[in-house]
Amino acid sequence: MSYRFVVNGDPVEVEVPGMRRLLDVLREDLSLTGTKEGCGEGECGACSVLLDGMVVDSCLVPVCQVEGSTVRTVEALADGAALNDLQAAFLETGGAQCGICTPGMLLAGEAFLASGANATDAAIREAIAGNLCRCTGYTKIVEAIALAAERRRAPTGPESPA
Amino acid sequence: MPVEPPVVSPRTLPEAYALLAAEAYRPVAGCTDLLVQIAGEMGEPPERVLDIWRLDELRGIRVESDALVIGALTTYTEIRRSPLIGEFLPAFAEAAVTIGAVQIQNRGTIGGNAMNASPAGDMLPLLLACDAQLVAGSAAGERSVAALDFWPAYRRTALAPSELLLRISIPLVPGRQVRYRKIGTRRAQAISKVVMALAWQSDADARSPWRNVHLALGSVAAVPIRAARTEAVLEGAPPTEVVADRAASTLADEIEPIDDVRSSADYRRAVAARVLHRLIRDEGRW
Repeated sequence: MSYRFVVNGDPVEVEVPGMRRLLDVLREDLSLTGTKEGCGEGECGACSVLLDGMVVDSCLVPVCQVEGSTVRTVEALADGAALNDLQAAFLETGGAQCGICTPGMLLAGEAFLASGANATDAAIREAIAGNLCRCTGYTKIVEAIALAAERRRAPTGPESPA
Repeated sequence: MPVEPPVVSPRTLPEAYALLAAEAYRPVAGCTDLLVQIAGEMGEPPERVLDIWRLDELRGIRVESDALVIGALTTYTEIRRSPLIGEFLPAFAEAAVTIGAVQIQNRGTIGGNAMNASPAGDMLPLLLACDAQLVAGSAAGERSVAALDFWPAYRRTALAPSELLLRISIPLVPGRQVRYRKIGTRRAQAISKVVMALAWQSDADARSPWRNVHLALGSVAAVPIRAARTEAVLEGAPPTEVVADRAASTLADEIEPIDDVRSSADYRRAVAARVLHRLIRDEGRW
């Protein structure tokens, strides 16, 4: 079967079995290896992507259910070499350690920021409750999302340190 | 890569019924159970999959005469956000919050929870406690099955292979209170050790007796159950300490949990009794 959808702004068409996981289509068929496979069973969130704006585990989505949808992966966040504000905040706070959870954390963070919810510590922790960091660097990840939320609220606020 | 069984994605309900009438399919909604089963090689993968995700008539929440009707494809996120759930059955939103985390809540459905028929299914005690009716459809028409009859044996449902679960209808009973408790290893991403739903009717006064008490539990038997002996202790009684003590000890005797990787039978028995005791204490305000 052939399935058409949009990935990071580009229309794609893939000729693959309908039950192929979106994760495998992204990594194997479209060579977008920024999305990571951790557990493969919806526990760790490493494979999180945005599907029509909602954060999902791409290991639990068959591509037949992506037909006509819009997918955003970690590759869509930076503009060339320029990191987006959330990625920059991860860098500033030390929110990325070994890195395998980072793409998923970023997408869960993006979904949270887009929701417009108040960025309290508890709300951020709930938003990334489906993402495991095996380095256990949660505090800095929470700080990064809070920092990005603060800057998106006040885009003309204080300059970030060089 | 995991096994990729053939899949058909019908766009209309009659099309889905015709496919089910002709051959055996495993219907799937958000796939949060099936893809875990396939990846984890738990049992044989299905020969054929029927992807019903596009059947939009099976989505949404509405009030119909004296019932709240939840489409089988309604996700936990939709349940969490629904103003109707918030108004009429807030315990359903509390339960939805405890399921997986955002990623799972965006994909998992109440119909999938019912059809997966796990004894640990998080929504199922609520369906039992609230006397839900599960409406199934096939080429032969529709029929309604009471929650009490829906899970006849371990991981089985009352539906025939040719039937699809369409919607779940929960009668709206004036003055009914519903409470939900789940005990897991952590708040998110946990399969329950014990899950409990309690429904009753009473006057506003915290000391007035409870009527029509329904107590349902998951993860304490091969199927989600009603605890009839404990209900009998609570029926007609006010939520006092004496009643809570009797109900808790009856419940510990009544349930027959097992030891497994998530918990022990002893712990489940003890925690179910304590959770019920605490719940009654909270309601009786003593």
